[in-house]
Amino acid sequence: MPTDIYLNVAVSGVLTGLVYGLMALGLSVIFGVVRVVNFAHGEMTTVAMYLAVVLFATLGLDPLLMMLPIAGVLFVFGYAMQRWLINPFISRPEHSQFILLVAVAIILANGLLIVFGPDARSVQTSYAFDSFMIGPLIVDATKTFAGAAAIAVAAALFAFFRFTRLGTAIRACADNYTGAQVVGLNVPRLYALTFGLGAACVGAAGAMLALITDVTPPLGPSFTLLAFVIVIVGGLGSMPGALAGGILIGVVAAMAGLFYTPSAKGMFVFAILVLVLLFRPQGIFGRRA
Amino acid sequence: MLIVENIEVFYGDAQALDGVSLQIEEGAIVAIVGANGAGKTSLIRTIAGMLSAARGRILYRGTDITRWPSHRVCDLGIGQVAEGRQVFPTLSVAENLAMGAMLPRARHSREQNFEKVYAMFPVLMERRHQAAGTLSGGEQQMLAIGRCLMGAPDMILFDEPSLGLAPAIVQSVLRCVRDLNRDGLTCVLVEQNVAVSLKLASHAYVLENGRITIAGSGETLLADDRVRKAYLGL
Repeated sequence: MPTDIYLNVAVSGVLTGLVYGLMALGLSVIFGVVRVVNFAHGEMTTVAMYLAVVLFATLGLDPLLMMLPIAGVLFVFGYAMQRWLINPFISRPEHSQFILLVAVAIILANGLLIVFGPDARSVQTSYAFDSFMIGPLIVDATKTFAGAAAIAVAAALFAFFRFTRLGTAIRACADNYTGAQVVGLNVPRLYALTFGLGAACVGAAGAMLALITDVTPPLGPSFTLLAFVIVIVGGLGSMPGALAGGILIGVVAAMAGLFYTPSAKGMFVFAILVLVLLFRPQGIFGRRA
Repeated sequence: MLIVENIEVFYGDAQALDGVSLQIEEGAIVAIVGANGAGKTSLIRTIAGMLSAARGRILYRGTDITRWPSHRVCDLGIGQVAEGRQVFPTLSVAENLAMGAMLPRARHSREQNFEKVYAMFPVLMERRHQAAGTLSGGEQQMLAIGRCLMGAPDMILFDEPSLGLAPAIVQSVLRCVRDLNRDGLTCVLVEQNVAVSLKLASHAYVLENGRITIAGSGETLLADDRVRKAYLGL
């Protein structure tokens, strides 16, 4: 094999990994603030992918342009879900929350199955086979756009948390729940906003994933699991960690496909998880508890 | 200004407050004293909307605020300096203060209140970019008081503001309570430092096992034999 191919596959892995990282970032933000693990994360991703597929198939709208509107739809969905479904469960034991979110996941997956049937859907854009030549490197155009958009969305979210009062209020809730109540922050509303933002990450990532892979209704649990692996590898609660974890997992999966066989990607991904748990259990960017 | 009528509060099966009634006049300093576990913090948190009363009523300036959520109670002008200070450790001092001014009632006066708080506690100005978790206990207490003032309250509930602080700092915290009261703020003071808080208070209540057992002016309670024996060790 020529050496260029390693580089090409690695770059492709980085770009795909960024999109997965954005999806995982949503999980990390929700858990970091609301302390609820979103077991419906993967199903929400497939819902976003189907939205992209439908908008493209019926109205010819490009998923890259529809990324923000789809993120908006998922934001509203996530906000409403936290406000009226999860908030009443906030002070209940974790297994009740788990069952609630698994129920949401099952309803979403089967809803998609009823509407779209079991066949795989995809988006075929006019630029699906375009690529850029950078020296010896051949970079897929779709993945370049998707990777750049993932970075932009993550940077916007980071800036929101860092520099706006509302973002600071959300960090305050994560920092000290009692303190947030003491100063009169509207914690249930801030939780709903946080879940909405996490869901918006999923919406943006889902729109881009529709360009990269086919979608079927039962794909959800594997996305949820992937998001978990990325968040744990990158460091729970760390925003750069989620993107870095996505890149690492993306590259490992791409390399596993190249050197061994594509069907063994998962094995190598979980091997990374095991190694991280053994040698750096707090994750790459995580802080020791 | 604030009337608490016969409230009962439970933690699961355990009863924390058993028919507590009290009245707080505008401009007063009201002390609430009692042993650990008597229900002082439960009382404060129930007024503040962080715990929900099973029975009874809480009226603030004629409005029934029983079972209102904490963010609505705060926005009426009832501020709280909570037990354990409850600052946001990873947020900077300035960010902590800004969080106190997120209330709709305080938004338009944010800039003046920043100036007021920084003038009152110059050390907070010096450390405004520092994470609150790196401050000393006394500085964190100043931050907790400053953060509360950012919400432009008319009444402040102080829950053990001197707990765990060095004696010299205890003095300055209590002086601060007195000064705020002189500026027109109504103060409710829960303190384990019984002698000092009774001296400061215009009116006081003794809370025992979730009930008010003795009530009267600060001076009356200081002279009361039961109080002297149980809380002042005289």
